[in-house]
Amino acid sequence: MAVNTKSSGATIAATDLRGKALSWVGHHRQVCIESLSSLLQTWMSSLMTWLVIGIALALPTILYLMLVNVGEISGSWEGKPRISLYLVHEATEADALDLAHRLLERPGIESTLFISSADALAQFRSLSGFGDVLNTLDQNPLPGVIEIKPSITDVGQLRLQVESLRTYELVDTVEFDLEWIERLFAMLQFAERLVATLGFVLALGVLLIIGNTIRLAIENRRSEIEIVKLVGGTDSFVRRPFLYLGFWYGLGGALVAWILVQGSLLFLSTPVETIAQSYRDDFALSGPGILDSTIILIVGAGLGVSGALLAVSRHLSEVEPE
Amino acid sequence: MIRFDEVSKRYPGGKDALSRVSFELGTGEMAFLTGHSGAGKSTMMKLIILMERPSQGQVFLEGTNLNRVSSRQVPGVRRSVGVVFQNHQLLFDRTVFDNVALPLIIAGFSHRELGRRVRAALSKVGLSDKEKQYPVTLSGGEQQRVGIARAVVNKPPVLLADEPTGNLDPELSKEIMNLFHQFNQVGVTIMIATHDLELVSRMKRRELILDHGRLEDNAWQ
Ligand SMILES: Nc1ncnc2c1ncn2[C@@H]1O[C@H](COP(=O)(O)OP(=O)(O)O)[C@@H](O)[C@H]1O
Ligand SMILES: [Mg+2]
Repeated sequence: MAVNTKSSGATIAATDLRGKALSWVGHHRQVCIESLSSLLQTWMSSLMTWLVIGIALALPTILYLMLVNVGEISGSWEGKPRISLYLVHEATEADALDLAHRLLERPGIESTLFISSADALAQFRSLSGFGDVLNTLDQNPLPGVIEIKPSITDVGQLRLQVESLRTYELVDTVEFDLEWIERLFAMLQFAERLVATLGFVLALGVLLIIGNTIRLAIENRRSEIEIVKLVGGTDSFVRRPFLYLGFWYGLGGALVAWILVQGSLLFLSTPVETIAQSYRDDFALSGPGILDSTIILIVGAGLGVSGALLAVSRHLSEVEPE
Repeated sequence: MIRFDEVSKRYPGGKDALSRVSFELGTGEMAFLTGHSGAGKSTMMKLIILMERPSQGQVFLEGTNLNRVSSRQVPGVRRSVGVVFQNHQLLFDRTVFDNVALPLIIAGFSHRELGRRVRAALSKVGLSDKEKQYPVTLSGGEQQRVGIARAVVNKPPVLLADEPTGNLDPELSKEIMNLFHQFNQVGVTIMIATHDLELVSRMKRRELILDHGRLEDNAWQ
């Protein structure tokens, strides 16, 4: 383009690349700081926007963290999936012990415990209070049992495990109550989807809130944009302050969200821990860690910049010098 | 430097603002563009800085056919043309210094070079002591001079002024015109739209007269 080369020849700009790069970085920094300080100058209205964004981000985050905590309780509670292998009556104690030992080598099995029929009877006697009835029997009706503690939690894999355990000759029946765990997993899955959907919808809301706020900012600075375009400002130059504005709106909103999340968890921790400790005594409600917190901030800032991009691409081209 | 070749401009739904205008302004020339209100003076300026596109014909700037300039290249063209408007077009929430520095920031000048050039431009228009003030604290004439400083700070080869003395009293008008005259003497090509005929006749420069979109006369005074 002849105009470009000629004009830069005639106006000899900062010729060295280093100087250009430095001034580019300098302008970014300046715009970044200016957009923040302009938000702080009108802190009342900025705070309103930050609160709205914060609440929208906090809601799915709190639900998500609760879900993570529930998953933690269910994953580690005492009534963890347990498989009981009821052995055939003919099985000797030595066979049973041998099997219990061999089972340990299978993948997905954490520990095995053999309970002989005599032990089982003794346990039953003391727990059930049917001791007298049992005394009238001339033979121990209870089979030997191998209790297996699986190390896997995936329901599908547990099912396969159970199926293959049935094939042992010594094993009469395999008992495993999948129902409650399946129901729990289904509920967790449902809750996860719910939180994801909610999160998506609210993120969209945040995008629109920021987009609209930026649209108003563009409207307010119409004459400035016109002047900048008139003296040769490129689109990216004109766009820059608004993208930073979106960035600060998003980041500020995320910060509010983080505070709300921490506050809610603190508020909920006492009752939740009381309930949870009946299952696990070392339970403590875990809040957002460093990773989660970073993600909240990045998501917030990202939504801010995206919302701003949305507004800028739709409305900035409408502003032309008159 | 500036060449119009059979240029016509019709605004959407309007009559012709310019009809088959042809003229050429050589490098280093200074010319006045006169004519009644609505004659098409501003339209001609807008075509040169690509605020508008011609309906017909071609506009050349520094040999470049502006019809072939894409919208991405528009900022580059505008940087080679300084513009001064009747209504100043200043940023009222920025200091005089920042207003004048704007074209340099856009062009990516280093910080040191920026300060040097802004002060040079301000001293040329006689506002060296006002750089920290805001435009509202300045008089109309001073504001207009800030606009001129901004237009020339990037040392563009072409300077366009659309009714730069419209709001000013004769004394200030003369001052502003003298400024343009000085810039012209260092080689800047200048086109000034005005309806102050008395001023034009006093300056004894080339005059382009527009009448209802037609370039009627190409008189030399
Ligand atoms: N954006 C526009 N849309 C429609 N008509 C316009 C527009 N701008 C200018 N015009 C018309 O074009 C003609 C020339 O206008 P202009 O170039 O502003 O004249 P001048 O600057 O000489 O007063 C006028 O009739 C004016 O009404
Ligand atoms: Mg006009």
